[in-house]
Amino acid sequence: MKSEDIPSIRKIIRRNKRLELFFAVAGFLALLVGVLTFVALFAQMAWSGWERITPDFFTNFPSRRAGQAGILSAWVGSLLVMLVTALSAVPLGVAAGIYLEEYAPKNLFTDIIEINVTNLAGVPSIVYGLLALGVFVYTFGFGQSILSAGLTLGLLILPVVIVATREAIRSIPLHIREAAYGLGATRWQVTRDHIVPYSLPGILTGVIIGMSRAIGETAPIITIGALTFIAFLPESPIGPEFPWVNFEWLKSGFTVMPIQMFNWTSRPEEAFQQNAAAAGFILVLMTLAMNAVSIWIRYHVRKDIKW
Amino acid sequence: MRETNSGAAALMSQPPLTVSDRLARKALRNFKERVIELLLLGAASVSVLTTVGIIWVLVSESFNFFSNVSIWSFLTDTMWTPLFAEPRYGILPLLAGTLTTSMVALVVAIPLGTTIAIYLSEFARPAVREVVKPFLELLGGIPTIVYGYFALMVVIPLLQLLIPDLSGFNMLGAGIVMGIAIIPYVSSLAEDAMRAVPMSMREGSYAMGATKLQTAFRVIFPAALSGILSAYILGISRAVGETMIVAVAAGMQPNFTVNPLEPAQTISAYIVQVALGDLPHGSIGYQSIFAAGLSLMLMTLALNLVGHVVRRRFREAY
Repeated sequence: MKSEDIPSIRKIIRRNKRLELFFAVAGFLALLVGVLTFVALFAQMAWSGWERITPDFFTNFPSRRAGQAGILSAWVGSLLVMLVTALSAVPLGVAAGIYLEEYAPKNLFTDIIEINVTNLAGVPSIVYGLLALGVFVYTFGFGQSILSAGLTLGLLILPVVIVATREAIRSIPLHIREAAYGLGATRWQVTRDHIVPYSLPGILTGVIIGMSRAIGETAPIITIGALTFIAFLPESPIGPEFPWVNFEWLKSGFTVMPIQMFNWTSRPEEAFQQNAAAAGFILVLMTLAMNAVSIWIRYHVRKDIKW
Repeated sequence: MRETNSGAAALMSQPPLTVSDRLARKALRNFKERVIELLLLGAASVSVLTTVGIIWVLVSESFNFFSNVSIWSFLTDTMWTPLFAEPRYGILPLLAGTLTTSMVALVVAIPLGTTIAIYLSEFARPAVREVVKPFLELLGGIPTIVYGYFALMVVIPLLQLLIPDLSGFNMLGAGIVMGIAIIPYVSSLAEDAMRAVPMSMREGSYAMGATKLQTAFRVIFPAALSGILSAYILGISRAVGETMIVAVAAGMQPNFTVNPLEPAQTISAYIVQVALGDLPHGSIGYQSIFAAGLSLMLMTLALNLVGHVVRRRFREAY
């Protein structure tokens, strides 16, 4: 190497360092766009909805007068719909995940199920709404009820639960299974006593992520024809006499938080926009809380497992 | 020790099982195992039934629709006026709205999402990554109706400061917010793809004297291309199917234009608009949302197929 090359090499190095710094700044700015959007969104809703968030807001029905309107029917509706969603999606999704990981033989049908789960995750949510409108509402005759809505969202988050279950199961080392089989356990005993307990944190994370997606879903529930103005509560799930459970609420009309927010957002009056902001703030807090729980589980529970 | 001994003694004191007892037990156990396996298989089949249900509902209702409206006019008519006295059903305006908003969203999401992915995968320190990744997940978990509200109340007023005669509903504002909403999907999948590139490739590149930036763009990016393109395709199919942001912020008039400054309606927003009204089951308006849904479904299906081909075509094996 000749000595006169050295300055030009230095120049190249300087240029590369500048480029690198430039990109690092660009990456940081791109992240900032995301973070700032989040902060702006949250701050705007908190600021304009703040004075509406009073205890009355949670205990009032929607009203034609914005100042008296509340989210009682919406949050109760969301809660009950989520209950149906969880009760349908969790058993089905976990069972399907277990089947695909532990039981499924390598054959065409298994391949079809696998491809199908991947494709379902990419189907727009509104299409699930159309499915529910055609099948649950009219063919099965469930009507525009909590049952229809809960099952719709259950199908919607099914791929999320299945994928989470499979990933959690896949991370269990083979020797755990071999040890159990070596002691004469049957497949179901291995699954029940080892696979399910060890994959529980992973499954739970997936379920919570799925539920946090379901609680904010608006389009499929509007599509099945949920009403936007509901001034009554479904019958209580807990009945006065034996067997103390009442299933009438499943058939009840309902509204949910995101639909209530949509309804207020689409009104021109400023006062209703305030209500929308308040409802949105509460909705975001709910999804944030659910996400935070799942992140917490992932970071703390999973780290403790040592095989 | 004593306990195990007494336990063994208790076992011994039971009358010994005959061979037929044991066989009966084994048969019962096998039967139970079989039933459980069938139940699990049943659960796994629900996802297939869902797909069959979707296809059946969309195709059968669309079939009724197309017996009233010719497919040719559906595909070529430039007017979508289902509520007029003389209704016209041309999907083109809705398609134009869907493609325009998706395009705006991609112009936002692809550069930002890719930059974030490269930054997180190749530049950021692990501590930064640990903080930022959950944050991006939270961003991806915000309900879309909230994004719609944000587009209408914050982004469009801001855009109106820049472009004075912008209407209160437009595809630009809706598209930008939609883009921000899909950044997390694009960035997290693209980052996963880049992180899956083996360390030895980075080390080889560094050993040749390449900088981080050169390694990122000339080694890692091409090696992860198949995964990155899948991330883009997922982003596109999210944008095409996205409903609430456009329903709230893009206006609800079908408008045959690709100018993002104008209000328009997308396919998904039309479905929402009809569902909000009170259309009787079996009417042509009711059938039209299934035809619209079928178009949407075919678009995402085509995207899925493209994704499949792309993954095959650009896959790098190590």
